[in-house]
This record gives sequence, structure tokens and C-alpha cells, in this order.
Amino acid sequence: MTAIGSYFKIGPARLFVHAAVLLIVIIWLIPTLGIFVSALRDKDQIVVSGWWTAFVGSTQTAAVRLGTPDQQKQEGATYVISGNVLEGQTGRAVKAFGNRIQQPAAYKAGETADLGDGETLQINSDGSYRYVKNAAFSPDERPKRIYASVSAPPEFTMANYKTVLTGEGIGQSFINSLTVTIPATIIPILIAAFAAYALSWMEFPGRGLLIALVVGLIVVPLQMSLIPLLRLYNEIGNLLGQPSKTYPGIWLAHTAFGMPLAIYLLRAYIAGLPKEIIESARVDGASDFEIFVRIVLPLSFPALASFAIFQFLWVWNDLLVAMVFLGTDKDHLVLTGSLNALLGSRGGNWEILTASAFVTIIVPLLVFFGLQRYLVRGLLAGSVKGG
Amino acid sequence: MLSQIVSALGVVVGAVIACSAYFYFSNKILDLALPVKDGDIRAASRNLNRRALVRPWLFIGPALFLLIVYLVYPVVATFILSFYDRTGLQFVGLANYKWAIGDREFRQSIFNNILWLAVVPAACTFFGLVIAVMTDRIWWGNIAKSIVFMPMAISFVGASVIWKFIYEYRGGNDVQIGLLNAIVQTFGGTPEVWISIPFWNNFFLMIILIWIQTGFAMVILSAALRGIPEETIEAAVIDGANGWQIFWRIMVPQVWGSIAVVWTTITILVLKVFDIVLTMTNGQWQTMVLANLMFDWMFRGGGDSGRSAVIAIIIMLAVTPIMVWNVRRANRELKGH
Repeated sequence: MTAIGSYFKIGPARLFVHAAVLLIVIIWLIPTLGIFVSALRDKDQIVVSGWWTAFVGSTQTAAVRLGTPDQQKQEGATYVISGNVLEGQTGRAVKAFGNRIQQPAAYKAGETADLGDGETLQINSDGSYRYVKNAAFSPDERPKRIYASVSAPPEFTMANYKTVLTGEGIGQSFINSLTVTIPATIIPILIAAFAAYALSWMEFPGRGLLIALVVGLIVVPLQMSLIPLLRLYNEIGNLLGQPSKTYPGIWLAHTAFGMPLAIYLLRAYIAGLPKEIIESARVDGASDFEIFVRIVLPLSFPALASFAIFQFLWVWNDLLVAMVFLGTDKDHLVLTGSLNALLGSRGGNWEILTASAFVTIIVPLLVFFGLQRYLVRGLLAGSVKGG
Repeated sequence: MLSQIVSALGVVVGAVIACSAYFYFSNKILDLALPVKDGDIRAASRNLNRRALVRPWLFIGPALFLLIVYLVYPVVATFILSFYDRTGLQFVGLANYKWAIGDREFRQSIFNNILWLAVVPAACTFFGLVIAVMTDRIWWGNIAKSIVFMPMAISFVGASVIWKFIYEYRGGNDVQIGLLNAIVQTFGGTPEVWISIPFWNNFFLMIILIWIQTGFAMVILSAALRGIPEETIEAAVIDGANGWQIFWRIMVPQVWGSIAVVWTTITILVLKVFDIVLTMTNGQWQTMVLANLMFDWMFRGGGDSGRSAVIAIIIMLAVTPIMVWNVRRANRELKGH
């Protein structure tokens, strides 16, 4: 047991830490949980009750009419109308009932209610009822109106997902996002790894200056680049007679914007590889290209993986670059873009918004939980060094 | 649908192959152009030297090209554009800068940006540090850390949807389905349309970024805390320091460097924040920030490149001190190697 560990073990302090962390975890988890649960709920239920009630099921007061007098049966001295108030509804149960709107739950299920005039009513929780009168029900009497609080079990449905994947363009956007993200993840790694190798293991004039440039460019805000690049893209598009907003265009933009950080992270790692390996390979006559491909690339796998995850998350989650360089037309809209569009057009339709949001965040979340170890390692390589 | 997937896959593979091909063939061509044969030793050694001169630039070329075209050139071009009119053709001197100073919306954005800069980095760092200290002491700390870190994977747009649902307001006597209003109502308060209350709505937007970024701060600071020598804390415990004193007097000073890194990283992020404001309010109800104002002027009424360039330059100026500090730190580190 470490010193701090044992220190915090002392009674109330330790309990407090557990409670505080639990509270934090709940606060951090709840927002996301809200949309996950809502996306699985019936769209009519989302608007009438909070998502946190979805697990316990809901209780609603329903007005029901009992059977008509022509269904009555004589049993000895009494007349009985019977049937089921939950006909055709499975999984529900009657909790309580009443005959006046002011007291819709005056009697518990299974209880026999005395309604006056020699009438009694019993409704069981399965919905079956016996409406009994000590004389015949007169034929022109209207069917009795009663109130029942009916509980419904938690109900979940995939209908919302079906709607957004087929009807709201989310399916198309999903493919667009993949088309943008995969090359924009792989290409920068390749380019940055070559550059990082050159900056770590090859001697040439201006090396120090280039490293300083890369570090300086890490913080240049993306916004700076937008207008000049947009102009450049338009000119090139005109020149080639092509539209200016293309997939190669956005791949290059993402590649370039991720480049400073990529070179910085990969250089830190590649420069730290053991000198002996690279030098002995050189002595054996391997060229720099061979050393890079056969030795450096395999050895740098952890660094490459951590940057790949970063770049993947960054590109997948980007909205600005996609809006500017790929446009907002239906065929090119990426997931974040279509989610943003839905916020504008379907702002109140939470069944659409929550299901769409889930579709956009499921891939990064899977990547995140699957590869969290590498992600953390990459973060630490970049930030803690020299801290 | 299937044909789209197939064609998408085609371009993806094509792009990656094209990129790999560049490196392979450029190196191959260099070797062929400057042959090193056993026969002529002088020619061979001359060619070897030439190869060594050219090859670094083959390796670094694509990266350098992209950096210059996508980052260096735009900085210069934006600076120049900021002195031109909306079309970028007519030189107008400092007119755009004068406009910016006089514009109410611009001043509002600056004010909001300062608010964001004051609150978000501080809050993320503080919560990150506190959570790191606490989770390092309990057996299920790693699970807790994963959960706090998780929003890092969620896009700002996704996070906005998530929080818009929390802030959702229903009028009249409708049941509140937004968690915040439901809680307020349970405690006897009146439900509000949170994101349209001027001034305070900024904080409701900031909470989203804090929720996303605290995990980042926590991971970095947690690693830094592990680096504190055990003996230091042991000595403090023996000397009778309480938890509070250990935290402020021992832990915080020891991880000061990492706190600075986290703080600056989040500061840069805050300056670029765009998606959250766009999706939550689109700058309405006095929530405009510089990044959004700039985007707005880029396209508003066909676009005004002069005015948006000015705003970009202001963002750049705000980042410059951090940039200088970054380069200095990196240089010191390089010399240390």
C-alpha cells in the first residue's frame, strides 16, 4: 500500500472520494445516456414523458367504456356485464380505477367498488371486470364510463433508427463520412511518418528550422486558411473544369491540417528509436527508404496507431472543414453536417435527432473504447514530455 | 446504395495506393538517376553524396508542400486580404479594422470569447486535476476515467444534440422532457429556455465544451501526478499534512508544467470553437464568438473576404504568444536531447 493510498484509506475521507467520483461519473454519463435511451423509445412517448421514466414503464390514466346493457347476463338475483378493459393490449396492467374523473384511482385493482344504486364494479389487474347490478340494466342506458390507471412496461423500439437510416439521408451521409475519413486518416500518417523520419535521422541543412516551423504551425487556427484556400480551390476547379468541392480536395485539407501535430508526435517517437539499429542497417548497405519501410515503420506501430486514432476521431467529428471544402449539398453531406441540418429542420423531433446523433457517435465511440489504450499513449507522448 | 459503397471503397484504395506510389517511385527514380556502380568509384561516391542531398527532400517534400500551401501561404494571404474590400480586389487600407472596432457584433464576440477563455480552460484543468487525484486513489478509478474521457470521442455537433436535449424546454403545462428543466421543476423552480437567456446562455454552451475536454485534462494530469516521487508525499504525510495541503502544496506545484500544457491546449481549442455555437444558437441571443462571426462573414450576403480576414487575423494574434512559447519550449527540448 502506498503512502497516499493508505492516507486516503482513513475512514470518511475515503468514503467521500468514492462518493464524489461516483457523482462525477453519473454527471458525465447521463447526457449521453439520455439520447441513447430516447432513440429507442416510441416517438409519442418521448414528448409526453422524460427519458428517465423509460425504464420504470409509464402509468397513464385512460377513460374506458364498459360493455353495453345488451351484454348483460342474469346470475340469480343480479345482472352482470363482464369483459376486459385491456382488450387487445398486451403487457399492460390495471393499477387502479374509479368512476369519477376527479378520482380516477379511487379503488385498487381487484377491489370491489360500491357505485351506489345497488351497482358494484370490480376490475382486476389483468383488465377483466365484473359490473354487477341488483336489477336489470335498462336497455337504453349508455355504456358506463370509468377511469383506469393503466401501467405499461418499458417499451423499446428500433423504429427511429429505421426512419433515420432510410428516410433522413443519414445512411448516405454515413458512407460520405467514411469516404472522407479513411483516406484522410491513412494518407497523413504516411506522409508525416516519412517527414518525421527525415527530420530525425537524416542530416540536411535547414532541419532545425523545419522542426521549429512544424511546432509553430501546430497552433495556427484553421480559420486562417479558409478564405485563401477556398479561392485557390475555385481557381483550380475552374482551370480543370471540375467542381471545386471534391473528395480529394477535402482529403488534402484534412491531411494538411493534421500534419503539424502528426509530424510532431511521430518525430518524438521515431527520434527515440535506438540509434544502433538504424546505424547497423546503414552499415549493411540498406537505403533510407528500406530502413524506413523495414525497420522504422514496424517499430513505430504504437505511435502510428495513436495518431491514427486521433486523426480518425478528428476527421470524423469535423464539421467546419467539411462544410467549407465539401459543401452542404445532399450528396456530399457528412454525418456531422446532416446532424446539424436536422437540428435546423427537425429541431423538435427528438426521435429523429436522438437516433441520428447515435448513428454519428457510434463509430467514434467504438474506436475510442476499442483503442483507448493507444489514444492515451499518444496524448501522453505529445503533451507530457517536457511538461 | 451498394454501388456507392463499392465506388467509395474504390477511391479510398486508389488514394492510398497513389500516395504510397509516390514514395516508392520517387526513391526508385533517384536511385536510377544517380547510379552507384562498383566500377567507377569517384562517380559512385559523388552520386552517393548527391543522393544524400536530395533524398531528405523526397521524404519531407509532400509534408512540406502541404504545410506551405495549406498553412503558411494562407496566413500571408489572409493578412493581405484584410486590407482589401469584400471582393478582395480593391485596396481599402485599415477600413476593415476600423469597421471591426466599431461593430457591435464584433465587440460582443470579443467579449464572449474572453468569457470562454476565462472559464473553459480553467474549469477543464481544475476538474481534470481533481478527478485525476481522486480516481488515482480508488480501485475502480480506471472505469471512472474511461467514462469521463469518453466525450472526447463525440463530435461537437453530437455533443450539442446531447445537451440541447438536456436544455429542452416545453411551454405551458406540458411535461418537461429536458432533464435540467425537470430537475428545476422538481425543486419548485420555473422552467426556462436556457439557451436564449442573454449572457448566461454563454455558460450553458461552455458547459458542453467543459464536458468534452475535462477528460483530456484528466488523462494528462493523471500521468503527471504518477510522476511525483512517492517519498515527497510520504514525507508530507509524516509531517502531518492533511489531504488539502498535500493537494495544493505538493501535487499542484509538482505538475505545474503539465497544467500549463493542458491550459494552453484548451485555450487554443476555445479560440477555434465553432461547431457548438453554430449548432446550439448560431450566434443568436448574444452568443456569437469570433470563429462563428468569421464564418458568418465568409458567406453572409455572398461573402466579405476583407471583414472575415480581419477576424481571422484577430484570432491569429490571440494565438501568437502561445505559438512563440511552444517553439521556445520545443527548442529547449531539442537542445536537451
